[in-house]
Amino acid sequence: MSATVFSHARIIDPSRGLDEIGTVIVDGKKIVAAGAAALNQGTPAGAEIIDCSGKVVIPGLVDARVFIGEPGAEHRETIASASIAAAAGGVTSIVMMPDTHPVIDDVALVEFVLRTARDTAIVNVHPAAGITKGLEGREMTEFGLLREAGAVAFTDGRRTIDNALVMRRALTYARDFGATVMHETQDRDLAGAGVMNEGLYASWLGLSGIPREAEAIPLERDLMLARLTRGNYHAAKISTAMSANAVARAKADGAKVSAGVSINHLALNENDIGEYRTFFKLSPPLRAEDDRLAMVEALRDGTIDIIVSSHDPQDVDTKRLPFADAADGAIGLETLLGVALRLHHNGDVPLLRLIETLSTAPARLFGLPGGTLKPGASADFVLVDLDEPWIVREDAIRSRSKNTCFEGARLQGKVLQTLVAGRTVFSA
Amino acid sequence: MTDTSSLPVYPHRHLLGIRELSPVDIELLLDRADAAVAISRRHEKKTSTLRGRTQINLFYEASTRTQSSFELAGKRLGADVMNMSVASSSVKKGETLIDTAMTLNAMRPDILIIRHASAGAAALLAQKVGCSVVNAGDGAHEHPTQALLDALTIRRAKGRIAGLSVAICGDILHSRVARSNILLLNALGAGVRVVAPSTLLPSGIAQMGVTVCPTMAEGLKGADVVMMLRLQRERMQGAFVPSIREYFRYFGLDAEKLKAAKDDALVMHPGPMNRGVEIASEIADGPQSVIQEQVEMGVAVRMAVMEALLDPRRRPSEDYA
Repeated sequence: MSATVFSHARIIDPSRGLDEIGTVIVDGKKIVAAGAAALNQGTPAGAEIIDCSGKVVIPGLVDARVFIGEPGAEHRETIASASIAAAAGGVTSIVMMPDTHPVIDDVALVEFVLRTARDTAIVNVHPAAGITKGLEGREMTEFGLLREAGAVAFTDGRRTIDNALVMRRALTYARDFGATVMHETQDRDLAGAGVMNEGLYASWLGLSGIPREAEAIPLERDLMLARLTRGNYHAAKISTAMSANAVARAKADGAKVSAGVSINHLALNENDIGEYRTFFKLSPPLRAEDDRLAMVEALRDGTIDIIVSSHDPQDVDTKRLPFADAADGAIGLETLLGVALRLHHNGDVPLLRLIETLSTAPARLFGLPGGTLKPGASADFVLVDLDEPWIVREDAIRSRSKNTCFEGARLQGKVLQTLVAGRTVFSA
Repeated sequence: MTDTSSLPVYPHRHLLGIRELSPVDIELLLDRADAAVAISRRHEKKTSTLRGRTQINLFYEASTRTQSSFELAGKRLGADVMNMSVASSSVKKGETLIDTAMTLNAMRPDILIIRHASAGAAALLAQKVGCSVVNAGDGAHEHPTQALLDALTIRRAKGRIAGLSVAICGDILHSRVARSNILLLNALGAGVRVVAPSTLLPSGIAQMGVTVCPTMAEGLKGADVVMMLRLQRERMQGAFVPSIREYFRYFGLDAEKLKAAKDDALVMHPGPMNRGVEIASEIADGPQSVIQEQVEMGVAVRMAVMEALLDPRRRPSEDYA
């Protein structure tokens, strides 16, 4: 592969705190140089030179929470179709959740995912494995062997581990292998039959509510156990101000904890459900506007480390139902960057910080390559027009499922080209 | 029918809830229902208003009272009425609500009456079919014809609704009847109080246009109307309240508690009643009870609603919804 030069782009590389006009030089699979200094660097002989004036180069997004239907529900999404959606959204690495059929709790399944990804995917796919066998919340999986096989994190996916002792042991044991336990918390009993955020709006709709405490109580438990065990703990998807406060306190205490938030909880609130729109039925549920604002603030101040798409493809058979009966989840890979850029355009979160939470921070947190434009790094990056407006259209969605929360949404900021290991995997 | 042709055209295609109705819409339906009462009291009860029209009752929850009320209303208007018995249909074989709706829609009914255990089911159906849809109760969301029949009962007994003080007592949390009544009574200018143990009140109740009263004595004081709600048996045994006897002691309507209300206060219940749980038999059958009138008004209100929705003068292009 010959060299390519992306000249005169605005280069944003949070891994080096860099935001400047410069040039990115790619040779084969690697970045040779990226920055203002490279402007004066001689271009390799025979290099293709692309003028990127007015455009922005950012490291490829790293999405640490992606649900895929393969194996077991390929009609919703395959590893290949998810990777095509990811590439179109500027996502160059995804961490795939283990809630598949069968669940990913065994070395053979991690190998299956990696093999399938190698053969069919156009972006980097990293499997996360279950914390417990069958994601049943009882017996630990083989953290050591799974990690060696390529599992980058441990999570029971959508499920919360009820048993505090199981969680304590998982955190303790994971520490020995330097593994991170990624956990989504919702108290099963307190959430009960709830299907949306508890409050006046749910009451008028006649829908059972899920109180904020259902998320915070098991989260507080986990954070105490993280202090106790000194294990690496990642709160996968927090949605409330009280959860953010709990994480901030644990961090202040020196616990090795981090937190993620889904793009939906940064952009939407419970009112978007309108008249029982099931595409907005998520877990955790969309909360009140106060909570959304608290999520934005926590992202800005560093309490929340990363943004995830929480891409969760669902079909008509699971979504075209009465609200309470419909499945949770929304797709999000293709709209992740465009929606996140709202926070930049609104002045809510500085651009460098925003890109950090979408790329550099998740790569660092889970020890993945990517999230940087440093010389020598794999050439995983995205060429973006920050200002180009576009409208999300269902018929343009590449994901095999169409359950987006952003149908018809006007977004500003478009992915022009996505490269993974120097190869163009998407171009607008 | 008794000269309803002079009444204004009703501007909605469906009746999904009280929320989307204006006070004018509500009064219009009540006026039409008054006329329907007269028909039901005649010797010859059948009219030809809906002759040739097809009504399908799609009841996913067992309901003797509401289903037979809709059936009778349709028959008195001359419609062809079909009851879809869900227990013996393909619904049991796993067919989704939408698929059932599409199948029924292909049979070209003029009006679908639906009851479903899930909130929003009627609205979902209305999006997918080409005919009018009437919500006969969707989960804990709304039960608009119940609120209309309650209003008709009150209006006929008291001559008005504005300015009255209405106490709604019991399981507000799970009650679609309570929600529809709160909306309707507020729209027509009544004052609404709710009385219930706090475990049976929905989150945000204080912002729902009601005064929350912790005791029956406070809630019923000077009330013009006392509406009791049914408490499901499975909710009485420790989940929401500890026992039937404790519930009846504090929140069941008996002669002693009723004394707090005005002497001529109406006692109402949407049925079916749990005698000795939320209401004492002597009260249910007593002189202030209008529970039987509510049943009669139910048929009239449902006649009025169906006739209004299927008014031949209605032009779909002029509909609000």
